[in-house]
Amino acid sequence: MIGTISMAYLFSAVMFILSLGGLSSQETAKRGNWYGVTGMVVAVLATIFSASVQAYWLIALVMTIGAAIGLVLAHRVEMTAMPQLVAMLHSFVGLAAVLIGWNSYLDPGYHYTGSAMVIHNTEIYLGIFIGAITLTGSLVAFGKLQGFISGKPLTLPARHLLNLVALIVIVLMLFIVVPQSPNGGAAFLILVMTIIALLLGIHLIAAIGGADMPVVISMLNSYSGWAAAATGFMLSNDLLIVVGALVGSSGAILSYIMCRGMNRSFISVILGGFGTDSSATGGDEDHGEVVATTFEELADALDMADSVIIVPGFGMAVATAQTAVSDLTDVLRKKGKTVRFAIHPVAGRLPGHMNVLLAEANVPYDIVMEMDEINPDFKKTDVVLVIGANDIVNPDAIERPNSPIAGMPVLEVWNARLCVVLKRSMATGYAGVKNPLFYKENTRMLFGDAKESVHRIAHALE
Amino acid sequence: MSLTVAIPKETSKDETRVAATPDTVAKLIKLGYSVVVERGAGAAAHFTDEAYQAAGAEITTPAKTYTRADILLKVNAPQIRPDLKNGDEVALMKPGTYFVSFLQPALNPEMLQKLADRGVTAFAIDAVPRISRSQKMDALSSQANIAGYRAVIEAANVFGRFFTGQITAAGKVPPAKVMIIGAGVAGLAAIGTAKSMGAIVRAFDTRPVVKDQIESMGAEFLELDFNEDGTGAGGYAKEMSKEFIEAEMALFRAQAKDVDIIITTALIPGKPAPKLILADMVESMKDGSVIVDLASANGGNCELTVPEEVVVRHGVTIIGYTNLPARLAAQSSQLYSTNLVHLLSDLTPESNGEIVLNMEDEVQRGFTVVHQGEITWPPPIRPAPQDGGTKLAAAAPPIEKPKEKPKASARTIATYWAIAGVLLLSLGSVAPPDFVVHFFIFVLAIFVGWQVIWNVKHSLHTPLMSVTNAISSIVIVGALLQISVEGSVIVPILATIAVFVTSINIAGGFYVTHRMLKMFRK
Repeated sequence: MIGTISMAYLFSAVMFILSLGGLSSQETAKRGNWYGVTGMVVAVLATIFSASVQAYWLIALVMTIGAAIGLVLAHRVEMTAMPQLVAMLHSFVGLAAVLIGWNSYLDPGYHYTGSAMVIHNTEIYLGIFIGAITLTGSLVAFGKLQGFISGKPLTLPARHLLNLVALIVIVLMLFIVVPQSPNGGAAFLILVMTIIALLLGIHLIAAIGGADMPVVISMLNSYSGWAAAATGFMLSNDLLIVVGALVGSSGAILSYIMCRGMNRSFISVILGGFGTDSSATGGDEDHGEVVATTFEELADALDMADSVIIVPGFGMAVATAQTAVSDLTDVLRKKGKTVRFAIHPVAGRLPGHMNVLLAEANVPYDIVMEMDEINPDFKKTDVVLVIGANDIVNPDAIERPNSPIAGMPVLEVWNARLCVVLKRSMATGYAGVKNPLFYKENTRMLFGDAKESVHRIAHALE
Repeated sequence: MSLTVAIPKETSKDETRVAATPDTVAKLIKLGYSVVVERGAGAAAHFTDEAYQAAGAEITTPAKTYTRADILLKVNAPQIRPDLKNGDEVALMKPGTYFVSFLQPALNPEMLQKLADRGVTAFAIDAVPRISRSQKMDALSSQANIAGYRAVIEAANVFGRFFTGQITAAGKVPPAKVMIIGAGVAGLAAIGTAKSMGAIVRAFDTRPVVKDQIESMGAEFLELDFNEDGTGAGGYAKEMSKEFIEAEMALFRAQAKDVDIIITTALIPGKPAPKLILADMVESMKDGSVIVDLASANGGNCELTVPEEVVVRHGVTIIGYTNLPARLAAQSSQLYSTNLVHLLSDLTPESNGEIVLNMEDEVQRGFTVVHQGEITWPPPIRPAPQDGGTKLAAAAPPIEKPKEKPKASARTIATYWAIAGVLLLSLGSVAPPDFVVHFFIFVLAIFVGWQVIWNVKHSLHTPLMSVTNAISSIVIVGALLQISVEGSVIVPILATIAVFVTSINIAGGFYVTHRMLKMFRK
């Protein structure tokens, strides 16, 4: 029987690897998702039918209710709210890891001794620790994305010191807890550790600002994987270990890609408080004046253009303008113009967020380009529409070495013949730096709600 | 007390422009000024006195225009008016008047002295610094744009052929080849006009920074195999070395034999125009070719140019008009007078008809060439721009390439692996075999994940996150095993909660991924 279950787990693990592999292209992605579902179903069924599980009715009931809730949530969620949903789901993994860790410790069947006990206790300790940080960290991220909590970084005076002290206390307690069997009364210390880890999770993520959320979510994604792996170690379950490692490295890669997209080190993102310690914010110099335009003028310009590139940013998601943008794209394409989208790696609040929004609005994915693909093409482009993006199109990143965002790869929209920025106001972007793009002579500003503006442009063109 | 703006009639030969249109008169009044316009001032540009009156201006006699003026707006520098007794415009102005026009301060020191002696304050519209903020008052650009356009029109007028190539039933017509020297505003406008008429356009400039601009207008950039940058202060060109000029001449000599039309726009601020097209080059051009010399007012880029005249030499028509903007009088007046409105609105921060001159302001300091009877030309020097001629004024620090991280050397890589190896070995020596096997799988899985995930497209990162989220709920397996544990109350309860939340996660994660993936379409 044990052999059969292990083989079922092996099958599941292979399915999960194929599932992630399937996401390498749009064509195979759907199949990949089904691989994942298959792997999960097989793993769950194999576990339920193993000898040590009896509470079938309870399991059936709880899982049915849970799955129903999950389906409803997933069905109802707006694509603009994907970051929130993902953050919330991460917190569930964290919660489960904490609960399972505690259970392993409190399990009456606990039988370890000697070095095996030390290792098992370490696994439990780490599993709970990572799970707790994932739990509260994800909840804070959820709150920030949902707007329950201010998106601004919370910067306590001695926050780095606080984190350090918390970590040191946790490590010290590890050495006290680990050599003791569960009967030795170390449970209290684990409880203290759990609480500190929960608080640490809150504090860590609260210190990170709204637009760093792509990194935070990827990082929490990674943590949830490591939490699963730690759970696998404590349960001696290879399937959990494999899956945890897959998810953990996936999240780590995403975090790395996001950090590279902002030219910031992972450490500086995690330590939070962007821009607070940079000396040269460079907002004082005289940039000149912005030139505002009207949607009629813009419609004329688009009518005369041959090639158009649209650069969406988080502002498009906020204004839920993606459908209007898609309509505009249709109108332009019907008139025989080349329309493409340029997506910066950190546009939005989730890796790949813009792609999902555009896909939802029926924009074909083969005209949605990545930064490196499209950057050389701006020179040959007649009109660029920047919709709700700011820092990712800031020429200072290239032109001013002492700018806080210097070195960040940006979309070089100013190389186009005409660049029109749709924006609500002249407020600075997340990085708090002025954007000289707005003052360039081939830049026009179209102020107002993005959805409304795009709608009117499309209408004027028809 | 609000000041009076006066617009006299332009009396230079062939001048048809006027320093205010009915449209800009209304804007001046909005700034708090009262406006008087000399009778018939706009007639040559087809603006009637009635239109000015309708816009709120008062029509006056020539003599009164000067006596009423607190601010005198003109196109050309002061002259002797033939139609008035004692017609010297400088002498006609009251001391203390603000005078605005093209003045060419570098070439006209006597005029500046005369204005200073008269005790007026003179603003030279052609001395506005070239920075982004002052672009709206850059009359040189607004007029050069028109000149560039008109140059092509004049050339097309005397050129006996089509610009565009055509294949007709009556035979094939080759496109005209146009060479444009100097890619400033006029040059670029000429490129655009000639290109849109269908000609093959080549352009040359001593400033390599304008290459992109030339190519963006659709012209071919003629390059010299010579390393010298002709970018001078304020984004204008500067004088080049002897060797450079020789190389340049060789290029023009070769091009002259090939092209049909040459439009020259080369000017160096404060110097006579450089002679670029010599007599022998004109001689080598095809019969019927055309040269338009936009620099003729400053002596001309072509040796054979006669300013203000059209001459035919060696079968080549050489157009030396100095008043090309005046040949589009209504348009150029409108643009020029709008430049003047912008200048005055900068000087009238309160819109109350009072001038507040701030000599600390870079732009205002720049165009003020005579201040209350004192010559204030030239202003302090500014450095050359750093990038593609976008006239950025900010004294940008030299652009450093972002430092790249040094690649790890083979030795450091070996060290890392050695440390990792030692750690693994020491862990293996104390850990039970069971753990070692799990650890083995763990590390392998990380590597598999690392390889697989790098292949995931950026556009699928959000589905990747939601699917990994669903997959990481595999911890449900642990909770399922704990739910039936006997001998404890708390363990099954916690396990049930864990099963519950992970179920939400599994169903939600996979379903939302499915929803997203369904939306991606080609």
